[in-house]
Amino acid sequence: MRCELITIKVNGEERTLAVAPNRTLLNLLREDLNLTGTKQGCDDGDCGACTVLVDGRPVLACIKLAAQCDGCEVTTIEGLAREGRLDRVQEAFWHEGGMQCGFCTPGMIMSSYALLQRNPHPTEAEIRQAISNNLCRCTGYTKIVAAVKRAATFAEFTQR
Amino acid sequence: MRPFKYARATSEAEAVQLVSATPTAKFLAGGTNLLDLMKEDVERPTQIVDLTRLSHLAQIRPTLNGISIGALATNAQVANHPLVRQNYPLLSRAILAGASAQIRNMATVGGNLMQRTRCPYFYDTAMPCNKREPGSGCAAFHGLNRMHAIFGYSDKCIATYPGDMANALYALDATVKIRGANGQERTIPIRDFHRLPGDTPEQDNNLQHGELIVAVELAKNDFAKHSYYLKVRDRASYAFALVAVAAALALEGDRIKQARVVLGGVAHKPWRSTEAEDALVGKEATEANFRAAAEAAMKEAKPLAHNAYKVELGKRAIVLALQRAMDETI
Amino acid sequence: MARYIGKEMSRVEGIAKVTGRAKYAAEFRVPNLAYGFIVSSSIAKGTIKSIDTREAERAPGVIRVFTHLNAPKFRNDPQDRSFRALQSDRIYFNMQPVALVVAETYEQARYASRLVKVDYNAEKHQTDTEALLASARDPSHGRGTRVRGNPEVALREAPVKVEAEYRIPIEHHNPMEPHAAIAFWEGDRLTIFDKTQGVYEVRRHLASSFGIPEEDVTVISPFVGGAFGSALRPNYYPTLTAMAARELKRPVKIVYTRTQMFAGHGYRPYTIQRVALGADRSGKLTAIIHEAVHNTSSFEEFDDNTTGFARQVYACPNLRASLKIVSTDLHTPTWMRAPGAVSGMFALESAMDELAYALKIDPLQLRLINYAETDPESGKPWSSKALRECYLLGAKKFGWEKRKFEPRSMRDGEWLIGWGMATGVWGAFQAPAAARITLRADGTAHVVSATSDIGPGTYTAMTIIAAEFLGLKPEQIKFELGDTRFPRAPLEGGSMTTASVGSAVHGAAMAIVARLLDLANRNEDSPLKGAAASDVELLDGRLQLKSDPSRYVDAFDLMKRHNLNEITETFEARPSREREDYAMLAHGAQFVEVKVHSELGIVRVTRIVEVTACGRIVNPKTAHSQEIGGVVWGIGMALQEATEVDHRYGRIVNPNLQHYHVPVNADVLEVETIFVEEDDKIVNPLGVKGMGELGMVGIPAAIANAVFHATGKRIRELPITPDKLL
Repeated sequence: MRCELITIKVNGEERTLAVAPNRTLLNLLREDLNLTGTKQGCDDGDCGACTVLVDGRPVLACIKLAAQCDGCEVTTIEGLAREGRLDRVQEAFWHEGGMQCGFCTPGMIMSSYALLQRNPHPTEAEIRQAISNNLCRCTGYTKIVAAVKRAATFAEFTQR
Repeated sequence: MRPFKYARATSEAEAVQLVSATPTAKFLAGGTNLLDLMKEDVERPTQIVDLTRLSHLAQIRPTLNGISIGALATNAQVANHPLVRQNYPLLSRAILAGASAQIRNMATVGGNLMQRTRCPYFYDTAMPCNKREPGSGCAAFHGLNRMHAIFGYSDKCIATYPGDMANALYALDATVKIRGANGQERTIPIRDFHRLPGDTPEQDNNLQHGELIVAVELAKNDFAKHSYYLKVRDRASYAFALVAVAAALALEGDRIKQARVVLGGVAHKPWRSTEAEDALVGKEATEANFRAAAEAAMKEAKPLAHNAYKVELGKRAIVLALQRAMDETI
Repeated sequence: MARYIGKEMSRVEGIAKVTGRAKYAAEFRVPNLAYGFIVSSSIAKGTIKSIDTREAERAPGVIRVFTHLNAPKFRNDPQDRSFRALQSDRIYFNMQPVALVVAETYEQARYASRLVKVDYNAEKHQTDTEALLASARDPSHGRGTRVRGNPEVALREAPVKVEAEYRIPIEHHNPMEPHAAIAFWEGDRLTIFDKTQGVYEVRRHLASSFGIPEEDVTVISPFVGGAFGSALRPNYYPTLTAMAARELKRPVKIVYTRTQMFAGHGYRPYTIQRVALGADRSGKLTAIIHEAVHNTSSFEEFDDNTTGFARQVYACPNLRASLKIVSTDLHTPTWMRAPGAVSGMFALESAMDELAYALKIDPLQLRLINYAETDPESGKPWSSKALRECYLLGAKKFGWEKRKFEPRSMRDGEWLIGWGMATGVWGAFQAPAAARITLRADGTAHVVSATSDIGPGTYTAMTIIAAEFLGLKPEQIKFELGDTRFPRAPLEGGSMTTASVGSAVHGAAMAIVARLLDLANRNEDSPLKGAAASDVELLDGRLQLKSDPSRYVDAFDLMKRHNLNEITETFEARPSREREDYAMLAHGAQFVEVKVHSELGIVRVTRIVEVTACGRIVNPKTAHSQEIGGVVWGIGMALQEATEVDHRYGRIVNPNLQHYHVPVNADVLEVETIFVEEDDKIVNPLGVKGMGELGMVGIPAAIANAVFHATGKRIRELPITPDKLL
């Protein structure tokens, strides 16, 4: 199988890589770039653990071919903290205890981050719908929703 | 995934030509269903033609008579487009009832129409399935068929079409615009797009190999005021429908001038119930008339061992969807 | 007064998790790694007639294809009958491994796995527990056979009685992280990164399988992405991974696909229960008969202890609580969150609700009438039991007194409202555990124990406990786990980690204190002269007299004076003798509101108040999360979860998260969890009981009872999907 040469910007850094056509974006991140913060939960597009932003929108990296991402900008959980400072969503998940085993956490944070970019003041129902593709088996979701709400108030803070 | 050749199409013509040239080639758009099936070895294309660079196919634009939605517009773009929300709220609602935020960001209109069944026997290569492997038998027919069809199935296949968007497109009489191998365009009325299984359940729809969906067009209609998409599922979000109803009414005075009742999750294609529609036209929008329509819709239902509940559930869902279509005026 | 125990603390490993830096089993970087992919059988029973690997071996990147024909045999261990793959041509269950393809990349291995051709001699299989009831047998250990009083006669003579059957389908844990291992050998020494709830158990299993000393196996598992019991028993992939690595002389990684998980680690068994209750007209129970049957595999005996807790919940002089098992051609079941308890209590607590309606007594009142003041099974006093407080506080918070007794009597527009309640129960277990503390003269401490943190917050709880008893700030403590180079700890299961490992950390801290006191009192002028270890404490670097903190020695100066950069103590904590004189349980009460759509049968769990009494709470922040998580597991079990087997093929039809439903965010509405703290000096030095399982135990019954209250329909077969309520 011939490899495809792709150029992709990951967390702000441009890389040119040769990928097998049947390699997914998820395996490109995890195996080639050692960005294992993006999780493989089901590998079938059912669980949301692999959620990353492609050109700013949350997508499932396990059902996207790496080759399809040529010319795209990808943001993973590793790209959220800036200069050692946690993003407000990360901060809120930590303080609210919006995690247990932590395996769904990166995907959950990426989905929540994207939601708040699009809708800075979501209602509880909007939060629950927006991150319903991100399965969590530990927390029962309650503190995750609290974390997203709290992150939204951080936004108000910075705006003021 | 099996190895395959990958090509990034730079024009519609190139895409069509590449796929036409190889019987085992496939178009790739959002990939949300195709890649999943390739991993399970259900789909085994030897050539993938990636359409995602054909950005002109992602446009949503008004036409003289309605709206044209490019085949590569994502579900999220369509559902949130102001023209769609204003003039075709049923479509917006149906899309938002389906899948999830991430998948709606990836899945395209064309791809959604091409979505294959979620029948679990179809997904498992260790089980017989005529859709996956013609002639191997239908394991679902005498198997666990709680999610399966009650209309239009055959002894070869009882699978259902799983999508939500298409149910609304059927109700709105969409037209599917296609570019063929010879470079010519043709259109298929949406009601003729998907097939019933019959003896060839391996064919989900009436596209020829190599034909590319380029757009879905919707004409103006009088349904925007009274329409509703009701989806009954096993959990509050992110599940396929047990039964879904796309209901739309156009009124003239107290009377129903036009009606659309399309059921999802009950057949190999979105199931437009002309029986229900006929029962409604000319009548007043009353609960009694809705009930009569629901009875008419389910008259020909032939449930299987584990899905008899769909008949009663379907009736109740139709009544409720019609009532809400009346209540929720936009 | 505790400085840290009982106070909210954010997870010490939280930043690693929110930044993606926490490394799970499949994520360790090992040079020259090869990728294994398991090929699964397509039949449930029979033998492999022939297996053709030639095409797979020729596929690009393939290094080797292992089958039963060329894979080395593992050593036979009569003590460990867990399934080991590729050992013979026999097929015991569907999706059993029949080959392992190892290749240079994951994609190559997965592709080549499709090229392995297997021919079977299929034999007639039976996977349906219902069809095997005639062959039901007692588990070989004979537990659960003791009969109290004369239940049959008491039931016959009872003026009010109910009797019914209840069914629970197979369920799978579905932690978000798939099971995975990376193994490599250095000579005869094996190192393996594994997803496990017990590194020592994996070590024992691997050493036994390969016939090598346990000391030559290192198991590392710092982060586990949920497990819920699925990583308690030795699963078959670590031996496969280690075998391939040994044969190929290079590191190998195997990750289950989501589908393989459904035949890769066990499941909650298919369980049928019959409950018969007899009572006098005042509601006092006179007879409890609780019988259960569930499946096991054809090659191993698994017993879920389904009816065990039924013996201890209500005061009743006549009781029979039995369990039988049947052998099916499925993989062996295993413990799944609240094993036995949640299944048994679904039946018993549904039956109690049925009895309440037969008696026309409020369901909560019926529980209070039958409150067990002492353990009905042993007659022993409770070490502590605040269940009554849970009932009363929960009822008050929920507004239970406003409940109308009659079913279908409460409504909100299209939605029927139902209120239901149930009791939860779990053990207060403790197992031997060891911990090692190194206190450094720079004022920091390193604390280690080979326990696990599958998500409950063990890292944080142990940090809190160490900080408390070393008198340091939590940020001065570094706690590590999940490594066989650390002192032995039990499996993280049964909700006993804080009790067991926490007691070890506490003990090790006490040993450090004693050691420091000994050092201090070598000095003739020590202000602590004559004090016993129990008289002193460490606080902010001072070793001081508890009764007079002005008498102290600076601990770190003391160490420096003795030229000690650090001191290390290891302590093994064991359950106390005193425990034997008491009955010990954790309890809870759950109150649930459901709304059932009157037309569509959709059930929404709109409000839950859960009050639990499980001793002392170490970290309320993580503890509440545990209980909320348990509640949502209860919602899943009640309304959604079922592994469906097509018995014609003996094959699971929904082995994925598309078709196996677990609750999503939108399924969860108001959940309030409350702790009633118990001051229990018996259970263990910390006074903590189990809570991880407890949170879900009463929920399925409470939801089913609420659905009955809403609709008048008693659903005795889980899950309660809309079609059952039309």
